[in-house]
Amino acid sequence: MSRRLITALDIDGAGGHPAAWRGSEIDPAAILSGELAVRAVQRAEAAGVDLATFADALEAPADVPERVGARLDAIGLAARIAPVTDRIGLVPTLTVTHTEPFHLQASVATLDHISSGRAGWLVDVSSSEEAAAVIGRREPAPAAETWREARYVVDVSRRLWDSWEDDAIIRDAATGRFVDRERIHYVDFESPSFAIKGPSIVPRPPQGHPLTVVRVASEEALQAVGEADVVLLPGTADLADRLAAVRAAGSKPRVLISVSVLLDGNTANAVRRADGAEQLDHIGGVERLADLIAEWSQAGVDGIHLRPASLELDVPVIASKLLPLLRERRLAGPAVGRAVTLRTRLGLRHPANRYAVGGRQ
Amino acid sequence: MTKQIHLAAHFPGVNNTTVWSDPESGSQIDFASFRHLAETAERGTFDFFFLAEGLRLREVKGRIHDLDVVGRPESLTVLSALAAVTTHLGLAATVNSTFNEPYELAKRLATLDHLSGGRAAWNVVTSWDAFTGENFRRGGFLDKADRYVRAQESLRIVRKLWNSWTADDLVLAQQAGVFAREGAGAFADEGPHFDVRGRFGLPPSPQGHPVVIQAGDSDQGREFAAESAEVIFSRHGSFEAGQTFYKDVKARLARYGRAEESLKIMPAVTVVVADNDAEAEEKARHIREQQVSGPTAIVLAELLWGRDLSAYDPDGPLPSEDPVVGSGVTQGRVGFNDPGPIVAEWRAQAEANGWSLRETVINQQNRQTFVGSAATVAEAMNRHVQEDAADGFVLVPHLTPGGLDPFVDQVVPLLRERGVFRSSYAGTTLRDHLGLTR
Repeated sequence: MSRRLITALDIDGAGGHPAAWRGSEIDPAAILSGELAVRAVQRAEAAGVDLATFADALEAPADVPERVGARLDAIGLAARIAPVTDRIGLVPTLTVTHTEPFHLQASVATLDHISSGRAGWLVDVSSSEEAAAVIGRREPAPAAETWREARYVVDVSRRLWDSWEDDAIIRDAATGRFVDRERIHYVDFESPSFAIKGPSIVPRPPQGHPLTVVRVASEEALQAVGEADVVLLPGTADLADRLAAVRAAGSKPRVLISVSVLLDGNTANAVRRADGAEQLDHIGGVERLADLIAEWSQAGVDGIHLRPASLELDVPVIASKLLPLLRERRLAGPAVGRAVTLRTRLGLRHPANRYAVGGRQ
Repeated sequence: MTKQIHLAAHFPGVNNTTVWSDPESGSQIDFASFRHLAETAERGTFDFFFLAEGLRLREVKGRIHDLDVVGRPESLTVLSALAAVTTHLGLAATVNSTFNEPYELAKRLATLDHLSGGRAAWNVVTSWDAFTGENFRRGGFLDKADRYVRAQESLRIVRKLWNSWTADDLVLAQQAGVFAREGAGAFADEGPHFDVRGRFGLPPSPQGHPVVIQAGDSDQGREFAAESAEVIFSRHGSFEAGQTFYKDVKARLARYGRAEESLKIMPAVTVVVADNDAEAEEKARHIREQQVSGPTAIVLAELLWGRDLSAYDPDGPLPSEDPVVGSGVTQGRVGFNDPGPIVAEWRAQAEANGWSLRETVINQQNRQTFVGSAATVAEAMNRHVQEDAADGFVLVPHLTPGGLDPFVDQVVPLLRERGVFRSSYAGTTLRDHLGLTR
């Protein structure tokens, strides 16, 4: 029996295709109100997709008038979607190079609280001149340095998530104590570029540690694989080699191949729609995509991360055709009907708290 | 002319106003609590919902303060979620300008503004102490004197980013293939604290951009508000202090070419309502006792005295020592710059009434702003507004999440009957509710 693949969907504007916003099926104002993303994630949830990622970068999209030149902050958008979904994982992109690590971890912990344990973060770095200039705090740093720092940011975030033990809130009226301060800990973290005293301001998130996701699109990013619960591998070329490199670099992350897809069984339509797109990993019908997914599964990936050309055109096809087909072929498991944490859903254990004294948790 | 009252709901915070020991007290962290209070406020056609911010857990004598509620979520993330379950209510986030960069603030707040259809507000606060700084890259890098300089520069740049798109820059012409005008969002700024340039990625929201709130009380803080804020979240809830503050701040507006209506003054207030005035007094007394346990009385006295008073019995007499300033016995909360006169007043009252330390704290520090029947409370609140002690109020319930329910059920209908508070929302944005221009 083939194993059950993890399925993930990327939310980026109106879709990955630069002209996706121009389709007659789209109200472009719905990109900024968040409605387009809400609808896509709800469709994906109903179809049994495990998690949604939300694209972002610190700097604004480039000033190219015919492209979507605006972008919502990813964690805000994910939070907007949390109350109107109840099963799907929500994984916004956060750039960790410029923003305070203390804020980042508090935001992700908060997303985990408001979604009842369905949060993760797609940890990204920035070496761009643009991002450095809009923040104005430091010069752009080379990729190797930013990824090295990202490891420290993930490390301290997990420590801060652990800085409250799960049972720190005691509400003991007899002694007048709301918390047991023996169960809240300073982290006293020091790295080459920052130090944090702690504890976090946010009680421990429901998942203990919200999911850490890393996209490995460069040699440098391999540095962060050791901290990742889930790795995204973009593109289909040299899959076996890249997979081996990730497996060698990390403890045991789940590895998802990340592919841009334009789904239309009618070749003429598909070719017409693909016009103007940057390179797509798959253009065509769901049958062929399912075949490819079976091959990737054979090659050893644990799941697929689909980046649809258009949220309005391709997500309905993913939901109504691709997912059922993957289930039919036993590549995907049955849709999860009940609300569980994202970790439970992906078969990841609830992490122990490093500060808890043995036996207390 | 009859003034209209503005109302906001403050989610219960981490000081002893919040009673957590009551059987009705719910979680300070579950989303259901935030949702309950926000839905209550929206049912009461409130102007906005308000969240404070924490950047470091409070400490007393070098240890985490454990007697009050501890821990809270990060406000912008919670408010973005509340945007999904409310339709009209304004959503105000307290976010520090010391430990965030203007671009990040502008982006996150503008996102909330878009997701909520123009209902966001930013309560600009500052921080300068090394205690808070220990959680951040730069540590306690600001002089106290510089905190408003940075805040002012930060706010100016945030507004510049919000205004970096004109109303016409978002084109959305699908057929022609023009999403935005070329050059939209370009910005550059340089000052003592910031040197930033590039492109901002969000056009104006339905209300233009978020409303700006300010909560500082010092002369610098008031001047900052007069120049830049649209709402002041003040601490002067009593009638006389309210009038003095109101007059002081509104008089500063002309210097900046601003009309009096362009800045709303909304003090934080607590309300206890019951079937009649006597019952309300009784209830208020009970709540104050819940708010001030023996250990809490000691901690609050330590905050005032600036001394370790753990050797004192809360049910005994007041400490005999003189207070000291700036000792750092308590960390992470606002202390007293001039405690002497307050201590003298406490001593006089304790002696006159035969109060213990705890009784003195209960009576001197925690008196609720409005106590009475619904009619009494409505009358008093309206008087405050009509006679310029306030333009409205930020209500701070003592219970999470149901503490606002009695007010909305009993007092709001009376304010509506008097024609001083809306029965339904006339507009959709927070600026509409507050009567502020874009």
